[in-house]
This record gives sequence, C-alpha cells and structure tokens, in this order.
Amino acid sequence: MLTNTFLFVGYPYLMIVLAILVSIIRYRYTPFSFSSLSSQFLENDQLYWGSNFWHWGIVIVLLGHLTAFLMPGAILSWNANPVRLFLLEATGVTMGMLALLGLVSLLVRRLTHSRIKVVTSTMDVIILVLLLVQVVSGLDTALRYRWGSSWFATNAAPYLQSLFFFNPKPQYVASLPLGPKIHMLSAFTIIGLIPFTRLVHFLVVPLHYLWRTPQLVIWNRRPEKRFNSQSGR
Amino acid sequence: MDIRSQVAMVFHLDKCIGCHTCSIACKNVWTDRKGAEYMWWNNVETKPGTGYPTKWEDQDHYKGGWEVVDGNLQLKSSGKKNYLQRIFYQPNLPTLDEYYEPWTYDYDNLFSAPEGDDQPTARPVSKITGEYIDIKGGPNWDDDLSGSPLYARNDPNLKALTPEQELQLLSIEQLVMFYLPRICNHCLNPACVASCPSGALYKRGEDGIVLVNQEVCRGWRFCVSACPYKKVFYNWNTGKSEKCILCYPRVETGQAPACFHSCVGRIRYMGVLLYDADKIKEAGLRPDSELVDAHREIIADPFNPEVIASAKANGIGDDVIKSAQKSPVYKFVKNWGLALAPHVEYRTFPMLFYVPALAPVTSTQEDGTLANNVDELFAPLEKARMPIEYLAALFGAGQEGPVRYALKKQMAVRSWRRALTVGDIDIEVAKAALAAAGCTPEQAEEIYALTSLPTFDQRFVIPASHREMAIEALKNPLENKGLAGIGFREAPERGL
Ligand code: SF4
Ligand code: SF4
Repeated sequence: MLTNTFLFVGYPYLMIVLAILVSIIRYRYTPFSFSSLSSQFLENDQLYWGSNFWHWGIVIVLLGHLTAFLMPGAILSWNANPVRLFLLEATGVTMGMLALLGLVSLLVRRLTHSRIKVVTSTMDVIILVLLLVQVVSGLDTALRYRWGSSWFATNAAPYLQSLFFFNPKPQYVASLPLGPKIHMLSAFTIIGLIPFTRLVHFLVVPLHYLWRTPQLVIWNRRPEKRFNSQSGR
Repeated sequence: MDIRSQVAMVFHLDKCIGCHTCSIACKNVWTDRKGAEYMWWNNVETKPGTGYPTKWEDQDHYKGGWEVVDGNLQLKSSGKKNYLQRIFYQPNLPTLDEYYEPWTYDYDNLFSAPEGDDQPTARPVSKITGEYIDIKGGPNWDDDLSGSPLYARNDPNLKALTPEQELQLLSIEQLVMFYLPRICNHCLNPACVASCPSGALYKRGEDGIVLVNQEVCRGWRFCVSACPYKKVFYNWNTGKSEKCILCYPRVETGQAPACFHSCVGRIRYMGVLLYDADKIKEAGLRPDSELVDAHREIIADPFNPEVIASAKANGIGDDVIKSAQKSPVYKFVKNWGLALAPHVEYRTFPMLFYVPALAPVTSTQEDGTLANNVDELFAPLEKARMPIEYLAALFGAGQEGPVRYALKKQMAVRSWRRALTVGDIDIEVAKAALAAAGCTPEQAEEIYALTSLPTFDQRFVIPASHREMAIEALKNPLENKGLAGIGFREAPERGL
C-alpha cells in the first residue's frame, strides 16, 4: 500500500515538480542550451525515416492520450460501437508501431554512425532507452490488455485527473498488471528528465510563427519599435 | 515612405585577385571553433564553378529564396502552411557533404613514426569524427578552374547559354574565369528571417545587419534552407544556426569589417544606403525583367528633403544621413549603374552589389591592337569569352541590359583614361565611347578616382552607431560594468 502511494502519488508529483522547476530555471538562466540539437546536418538519410516515423507516431499517440485524459466520456461513447472501438485501437497500435520503428532506427543511428556518435551524450542514450521502454510497454499494454482505450478512460484518466486536482486516488491504478504500471512509471520518469535532456525542444515548439509577420526588424535605440515588423513582407 | 538605413557593400570583381585573404581574416576572427570549422562566412569562388556549398545556385534543388504565387510573395522552402510538418526533417537542407568534411593532418606522425623504409606521412584526419578520411572536396576545391570540367560544367548559370557558347566557354584554349567573393548580403527582404519559426533571426533597424539571436535559435534549420545564397550555417556542435555578423562590433565603431579591412585587391567598398521599406513588397512582386530597376528604386536619394525628413522621423541621426550622402555604394549602384546584385531573381534584395568583371572581355581582341573607333571599342563585348548571357544569369536576373551597361561604361572609362594618359586612343573616340556608354568625362573621372585611387576613407564611409549612447538611453550604464564580450553572458556550450 505504501509502495503504491509512493509510486503513484509521491513519485509523479516529484517528477512533475522537478520538470516544471528545472525547466524554468534552465530557460531563465541558460537559454542558449535550448535547442533541438538536430543532427540532420551530419546524417540525412537514416534520419529521414527515423525522425519522421518517430515524431509523427508519437505525436499522434500523445494526442490520443491527451484526448482520453481530457474527455474520457467522449472516448467511452465513441467506443460503444465495436467498429469505432476497433478503428481507434488499430490507429493507436499502428502509430505506436510507427513510433517504435522510428525510435529503434534513431537509436541504431545514434550508436553506430561515426558522425552521430560525436554528438551523442550519455543523457541522449538514457532518454532514448527510456523512450523505448515507454513505447514497448505501451504497445504491450495495448496488445495484451484490451481494450486499452476504454479502460484508460475508466481508470487511468480519473487517476491522472485526481493528480491534477491535488486529490490523488492511486486506487484507480493500484491493481493494474505490471505492464501498464511500468508504462506509467516510465512516463513520469521521462517527464522528470525533460529539463535534463534534449527533450526540452518540445517545450519550445515555435507555434507563435503562425501569427507572426514574416519579417522582424529590431531597433536598438527605439525601445517602442523593438519588435516592429517590416511593412514589406 | 518609411526610410531606414543600411550599411551596404560593393565588391569590384575586376580587382579581385582570388587570394582568399578575406576568408582567412573572417575565419580567424569568427569561425575557428568546434562546430564552425566547415563554415566560411566569407568565401571566394571561381566562376564558372559550382561554389560552396556545391551548386548553391540550383534553387530547383535547394529551394532557397522567394517566389511569386498568385500575386503573393512566398518562400520556396517553407511557410506557415507546412513548416510544422517539416520541422522533423528539412527536405532541402544541405548536409555536411554538400559543404565539405573539415580536416586537419596527423602531424604528430611525422615526429613519432618508427624508423622505416618509407617517409612518414601526415594523413588527413576528420575534424568531426577524428578518424582518418580521404579528402573528397573542400570549400574552394575548384579554385582557378582546377577540377574542371567536373566543377565548371556543373555551374547552374550555364543553363543560360547555348550549347555552342558553353563549349566555347569551357574548351581548354578558351578558359576564362573570374572570382566571386561572397558573404551574407544582409538583404532587405531576407528569406532567412522570414523562415525562422522561432523568430531568432532579425534585421537591425539602424544598420540593416541581419543576425541570429543565439539564445532564441532552437536549431530548426529553416533559415539554412531558405537563404538562397546559403549564408546561414548550422553549427553541428551547439545546435544553433550562425551567420556573418558583418563584424558589427567593428561597424558600430565606424571600422570596416575584417574581410573588408584585409582585402588585398582593395575591391571592397562599404557605405550607407537609405531605403524605403514601404517599397520592398511591391518591388518583390515585379517580373524578373524589372527586378534590377525595382531593386534600385527601393534605394532612396539621400539628398531628397522628403527622404531626409522621413529618415529623421525614424530616428536616423544626422551623421548617418551625411555619410549616406558620401556613400561610395550609392555612387556605384545608383549614380553610375555599375554595380549589380547577385541573383536578384531570388527576390531577397541583397545589399551587396558587384561590379561585373571586365578583364577577360577586352583581352579577347584577337590581334592585340587597340581599337580606334567606338564600334570597335565595344565590339569585344559581343565576342567576349565570358558570354554576356552568363553574367546576366548571375547579376541581371537573366537580363543582359544592365550588365551590358555596366561593362560598356567600364570600357569607356578605360578608353578615356587611356586616351588621357597613354594617348594611343583618339580623345574624340574616347569621348564618343563615353557618350555611347551614358557617361560624361566628369563622371568618368569620378569612377576612375574611386576605382583606381581611392583612399581607405573613401572606400569605407561608415558612421559609428554610438551604441554606448543607446545603452545609456535604455538602461543604467553601470549595469554592464565588468561584463565581458559583446553581451553574451552564457558560455556557448552544447545543451544537454
Ligand atoms: S544572404 Fe544573408 S540576409 Fe540574405 S537571406 Fe541569406 S542569410 Fe539572410
Ligand atoms: S581579399 Fe579581396 S582580393 Fe583577395 S580574394 Fe578576398 S575579395 Fe578578392
């Protein structure tokens, strides 16, 4: 019981607080260290498959998790129809597979390509392995304990929401099998490690470009015109 | 009218001796660092040739610069519609192999090799992996047409020539070349700035220098793809993009940038241009045939009272306006029509202009004698070894007119000076040549003076920007006391 309280209450809070605090400190004091650290410049061909598969797969899977977390009811009513349930599960698994394929390819590239090895840090390897654990345990859960999307809505979503509202209810997940538990714990670990790794790049995804005027002109002497956009595009 | 000022540049190609002193000056000051070894913010190319990175002018491949789509100016490489899907992988990004793998030599082996029958050698070692490599290319691998026809023949500008002309240009007996020193053009409509989703790149209002804010750059690499001149570089070590900063700490204090200052051929000029930012958009939409003129029309007359008033309203100081009135760049570009921007058809409106090289043209006169009438004086232009179509592809968006005008005028000035000093050309013929080239004797003298005899201070008319005053106006000057460098307080180390 105590273990469960630590693993599913203490640990998540610890990791989330760590993520938020350290990210803010890192952003505030070492903005230079925020980068995608892209290695496309050094190796282009393997990255094409690895990066595209991984990012597209994981972004869609994460969006699925987010929807289920925010609107578990909607997922349940969607799943009421077996065809739709099957569609959702199949999409999830396919995207998970895609991400796995990409991840393995990226990991192999990191560990074997001579130029990429030069720009690989210990943290890079640690986070890639953790992500591998995360994706494999996720796929394992999806394939073995069906239907994951439904019980995510009935168990995981209320649990996560309870964390969110500072009224933790670990009992929702305490009796889950080992696979899903690993999946959750490694997820919290990854969240906690975000500010210590290159994962910070997804905190600075440049969405503001969508609203920006194309040209940026900055005046030194006129503070009021520092961020004046150029009228010619 | 929205007048801004720009430190602009002219390179007189006829005077470039291809010595690479400029490149070395820049390398020593700015890019002699891990991750930047391969970068040459200033490089000198032999033309015809493929350049650095290889075939940078082939925009079908690299998709740099702007294009007009349905009456709108759009980046060829990316835009709001598709940038998010290209953030994981840049389809048009040049990779290290398109530049070259930087290397050093295993010098130690020369000293430590055991005694043997052979001389020890210093094998090349990659500066990236530290492994032995076979050198396949370098930033000026085709210097002086070495490696031709492999390199020269792949020059994208040769598409403008007929097969006969191309053969003529490349056949060994007729080898012809000139040098093209290149730095960032600090464009008026910079594709790099517009492409950066993080907003890390910006153009400075006071002097038009285009910079990458290293603390905002996230290494998304859109700028590298978008710049048609391939003058933004990705630092593979820090994960940030970098580019020529026009030695702004020097320019701000009224000194010429390192590459300008060190130029052996004294081919470089720097001066202020005032320009009307309101005209940029309209100019960018004009057809290729009007682009050279449209570009020049953006540049405003520094003596026009309206222009001066608008400049002052924008906070441009009297010293800057005065120096714009003395600008050598204004003379070359606007008064004389001698200097042309590279590839205006990319529509970024470069602020670096080139006086096209003439030397190979006059030397083609077959019998080696000098002409004695105007028609013959200009005749070599038509029979030039360096076809005018080639120069037009490089400097005129395919239009021969502006290039022909610049070459004719240079020739006429030469004949004029030759008539005066050597006397083997009839002065009346020289006068007629000047008239035919749209030039007066007074202008010819001015051109001669600024081309052949300029002093350091005539080549570089750079107003100090008084940053110290700007800092005082904005914040407590003591706040900066004891800080090192040029405002960057974090060691530029690779992130976790
Ligand atoms: S030449 Fe310089 S200013 Fe122009 S687009 Fe390229 S990097 Fe930007
Ligand atoms: S230093 Fe001057 S003359 Fe020498 S290559 Fe550079 S631009 Fe040409």
